[in-house]
Parts: sequence; structure tokens; C-alpha cells
Amino acid sequence: MAQFELNDDGVVVIVGSGAGGGTLANELAQKGVKVVVLEAGPRNEIQDFVNDEWESFTQLAWTDMRVASGSWRVAQDFPNLPAWIVKSVGGSTVHWAGASLRFEDHEFKIASVYGGVKGANLLDWPITKADLDPWYDKAESKLGVTRTNNIPGLPGNNNFKVMEAGARKIGYKEVSTGRMAINSEPRDGRGLCQQIGFCFQGCKSGAKWSTLYTEIPQGEATGNLEVRPNSHVARIEHDRAGKVTGVVYFDESGAMQRQKARVVCVAGNSLESPRLLLNSASTLFPNGLANSSGQVGRNYMRHMTGSVYGTFEKPVHMYRGTTMAGIIRDEARHDPSRGFHGGYEMETISLGLPFMAAFLDPGAWGRSFTSALETYPRMAGMWLIGEDMPQESNCITLDPKAKDKHGLPVANVHYDDHPNDVAMRNHAYRQGAAIYEAVGATVTYPTTPYPSTHNMGTNRMSAKTRDGVVNKFGQTHDIKNLFISDGSQFTSGAACNPTLTIVALAIRQADHIAGAMQRRDL
Amino acid sequence: MLNNENEMESVMRTVDPRERYSRRFLLKGMAAAVPAAAIATSTDLSVSEAWAEGGALAPTTMKTLVKVARDIYPHDFLGDLYYVNAIKPWNEKAGADPAVKTMLEQGVQRLDADAQKRHGVQYASVGWEAQRVKLLQGVEQTDFFKKIRSDLVVSLYNQRELWKKFGYEGPSADKGGYINRGFADIDWLPKV
Repeated sequence: MAQFELNDDGVVVIVGSGAGGGTLANELAQKGVKVVVLEAGPRNEIQDFVNDEWESFTQLAWTDMRVASGSWRVAQDFPNLPAWIVKSVGGSTVHWAGASLRFEDHEFKIASVYGGVKGANLLDWPITKADLDPWYDKAESKLGVTRTNNIPGLPGNNNFKVMEAGARKIGYKEVSTGRMAINSEPRDGRGLCQQIGFCFQGCKSGAKWSTLYTEIPQGEATGNLEVRPNSHVARIEHDRAGKVTGVVYFDESGAMQRQKARVVCVAGNSLESPRLLLNSASTLFPNGLANSSGQVGRNYMRHMTGSVYGTFEKPVHMYRGTTMAGIIRDEARHDPSRGFHGGYEMETISLGLPFMAAFLDPGAWGRSFTSALETYPRMAGMWLIGEDMPQESNCITLDPKAKDKHGLPVANVHYDDHPNDVAMRNHAYRQGAAIYEAVGATVTYPTTPYPSTHNMGTNRMSAKTRDGVVNKFGQTHDIKNLFISDGSQFTSGAACNPTLTIVALAIRQADHIAGAMQRRDL
Repeated sequence: MLNNENEMESVMRTVDPRERYSRRFLLKGMAAAVPAAAIATSTDLSVSEAWAEGGALAPTTMKTLVKVARDIYPHDFLGDLYYVNAIKPWNEKAGADPAVKTMLEQGVQRLDADAQKRHGVQYASVGWEAQRVKLLQGVEQTDFFKKIRSDLVVSLYNQRELWKKFGYEGPSADKGGYINRGFADIDWLPKV
């Protein structure tokens, strides 16, 4: 296993080991580049995962201090848990559901296609879908996405069958078990899905793709990749010329370490990545690193989300089997005649009883709540996920008061719904209820958004320096050897789950960085 | 159930909500005085037996808190034991932190005073749940209520022995997942 010196200024340092950081690390290592990954969380492996929602949450979730602000209900119900993401090697690829969709063509050019939307900071990506398609191909092969690469779709579980029956009854056509990064047959040295139903708690069969047991060990096997868990990067340092020289991090014992770097790539997910840039402010960069545009932390997107659960006369046992292998794509198109820009997906979801009690209707109590919970075995569920509008005022800033255990200002996550988000959500709630009612639901529950599992946009790509933080390769406009490698690069959120796009961008970025290093451009 | 003996129709695997209590589970909510033999079979466990004297909170306070817990999250098919288990940790927290002790005692005193004023009896003796719920609504904005309620979300619903009663089967990887245990056995949907 590789071990690099702290003083080795020839390494690429990657902050974070998830879909972006983990993939980038392996891709670079395969090309002979020396990489040090600094992961804030511990290294939990498959044998450590537990099929228990709260125990798993304690094990895997980021629970370091954060502050939620704004008018979104999450700020009221969960004021210190704006997001549910992972702090463990593998990042959120440990607990993700596996849904792997490409953006639509128009979703790369929302300013051009949607036009002016009042209050929305719309911008076109500096790349098109056609630019990214070759890397989407590679990502789908890497992840083993079902319904690509001759990989069969997963079988539908009870929860899916209910949604499918209702969907077809009301006229939806694009209904299937979806494109999932979950093996429907053995592939890539990993077994096939055992329908365990604890996808959100780490896949105990390894059928679901996660960088933890694919990219990371593959990279480590080259001898070019060193992963340091329990290493929380506090600050990125630079020289007088404004070139990044390395990072300062707190190691396992809490001691401060300095790792030199030739290149630094930030992939801490969209709350910590801008926080790190802001906390790295200096005399030369008083507003934080790479922030000449003022857009670091801004344009925070977390998708329009919500859920619909339906109660039926007879049992469903929705928790049996894959949590999210089921999708309706008919509403993912852009069709302003519905009353909003952009589209949304409808995807099966299930929560166990403990999480249902916490998230069905946070704060609710009394008989109307408990009678809902008592229908649990007869419940089906779907998650609504759609494109939310980027707003400059939705942003990550350094909280003026709250500090973490190292004394550093923490992320304040501000979010207000845009009217477009509200219109889309209401439409989706109605459609979800209609689906379940079509097959006999006696009650339906339009459930409020959970703490954000999709976080995007806070270091966005732009053609012009003044509009965003990074260029089309995720390279920051202001600092040549500083890159962003996670979903904070997204200029738009699209209707679909972000992971496949994060992976595609990371593979492409690796090609770019390796080439630039070879040419001595970096 | 087979309607026609010639059809080999498979039936959805449903979950039996009956659960034999494990001894350890029962003991969590019990004073040591209850005989071990009674625990294995008896479901007739009264709350008053759960509290020995000498805890941080008076037994009457704990009894009222158990009643409050049930009124916040009423499930008629759940015996008192689940609510006792959910509330019991407050005794320890009150012992460790005087501010918690004060909050709980004053919260219960307030409810009892409101109940006396409106119904002439203590909270736990008010006859109808709906009446007690009205009293709880009166304190809904207090720290006392908010902390009890939010704690119950986990302390009540995260009891493994309770899950089966709600048709939730808990861990599955150790049983080979659901691939052979009915993940797709739904049998009542219209054909698509």
C-alpha cells in the first residue's frame, strides 16, 4: 500500500473519497499519478454495515455541526441537519440508492431553454450533453448500470409493482425498475442483488456500486493511491503567486498536519467544499479561495423533493427489497404547460418503521399520526425528485456563530423554495396520489422533503469567470492547480439523481489533469 | 389460503405481529421485585410495578410521563411496557442533570394543575384521551413537551420488539435478504 511523505509536493491531494473524489483518485492512480485522498470520516467496510436505521445513521452520517437557515421546513424540523450525507470512506456512494441517469440535453442549457425566470440565477453549462456522452458511456460501464452494457434490469419488488400498476392505469408509459448501479447478475467481481432492502445503510452484498469497494481498492492496488481516513481538511494553502501548495488537516489523533501538493482537488460534497474554500481565505484571497466571482457557496440546489406514501387495504411490505429500483420518467420532460420549468422523476422509496416515525410528518403527534404509522405493512412509497431553480440567495456561508470541534466556522445552509419549485412539487404530489388511488389507496400522504441527500451547485461551472467558480474541467477560474471534483460543479440540478454525472465528470477531469501534468501545465 | 385445491397459488408472506417477549426485554421495564416466572408468560404488567422508590423522579411523576407518552403517540395494540421502556431513560437523565429534573417535574405539575382546574382530577385520571390531548395542546410549545415528544420518536419506535407489531421485519442481510423471502410476492394488484 502506498504511503507518501507529507513533504512530497508531487502528489495530487483529493479531499473526499465519494463519487467524485474516489473515482478521480482511482482514474489518476491508474494513469501513474501519485494521489493522497484525505477523507474526514472513518473507514467502515461492508462487514461493518448494520441493517438498523438509527445505528447505521450514527455510524455513517455526517453529524458534525451545521446550521440550516431559510424558509424551508427542514430548517425548522432539523435545524442542525440540513443534509443526510455520509462521513466515511466512500462518501455518499455508501448510502446512495444507486439510481444512475444521464442529464437530458436541455438540462445543460437551462438559461437558453427556460429563458429568464424571475429570481433564478440561470446559467448554461460550458459543456453540452454531447461533450459528456463519451464519459457517461464510461461511467455506466464502470458502475454496471442496469439497462446499459447488456445488463438486465432488476426484478421489481412489491413497492415497485404497486407504483407500476397505478402508473400504467393513469396512462404513464415510461415505467421500469430503472437504470441502477446495482448488479442484477454477478459482474465486476461483485455478486447480484439479494434484495436486502437496506440500501441506505450500506450494501451488505456489495451488489450496489460504491467507491469504497471498487475505485478505492482498485486504485490502492496500483501502488499510487494512499487513502487517509479520519483526516479532516481544514484549510488549503497557497503561495504568494496564488498557486496552491498543500492542505492543512486534522489527523486521527486531532493533531494538525500539513500535506504538500502539486494539485488539490476538492470533493467534500456541496456543503463542505465551498466551506473549505471560504475557510481558506487569506490576505491575497480575502473572500475565500477561487471566489473572484462571489459565487462560491451560491446557487445551492438540493432538488425539488417530497414523497408520497399510500395506504392500501392489503399488505405491501414495501421495505422488502431494493429501496429505489423503480422509476416513472414521463414527467421528466420540460413542458411549461404544466405550470413550471423543468421536470421531475418519480422513484420508489421505502423507509423502515423507525425512520417513518421520524420523517413521515416531523413534529406531528396524536391519533392522526399514529393511525398512519399503523398502516405500515400496507404502505407503498415513492420519492419525487425534480429540478430546483438555482437562486443566488440559496447558499452556503460560514455561520457567524457556530464552530466545529476544531474551532472552525461551520457551514450555514440557507434555502428558500422558488415558486417554480413549489408548483412542481404540488403537481408531483397530485400525480403521486393519483397513481396510488388508481390501484385502491384508501389514504395518501404528501410527505415533506427530507434533509437533503442531493446537494449541488455551490462551486458551479461557467464559461465566464464572473458567473461561476470553475471551468469546463472543474478547474477553478482563479487558481490553476485547484480543482473541484464533486457535485458542487453543477451549473444546473436537472431532474435526475446526480451520481452518474459526478462520476462522468470525474473520469473526464482525470483525463484532463493527467494530460496537463504530463505537459507540465500543472 | 387455497381456494381451489388444484391451483398452486402462492400467498403473500405476511408478518405475524404476535411476539413472545424475551426476558431481557421485559426486565428493562421491570423492578427486580416481579418474579421471573411471571415475566415469561404474563402480558398483564402494570405500570406501577415498573418504578421502585428511590429514583431521581417520584414514581407518580414517571407514571404520569408514561401516560403522556401514550397520549402523544397512542397505539391501542401496544401494552404499557413499550411506553415504560421509552420513558424510563428520563429517570437517569434527571439524576444526572438537575435542570432536566426540574423541567420534568414542573411539566408534570403544570399538567396536573391544568387537569385539576378543568376536570377536578390529576392528569393521569382524566377519563378521555381527547380531554388529555387538549391539556397537552396547552403545553405544546413548552420545552418539556417538545423534548419528550422528539425523544419518543426514537425511544418508542426504535424498540426492536415493537417492530413486528407494525409489520416491519428489521434486519434482513443475516437472513439472506428478501430474494427468497417474498420481495415480490404481492398478489392483489390488477394485471398491468
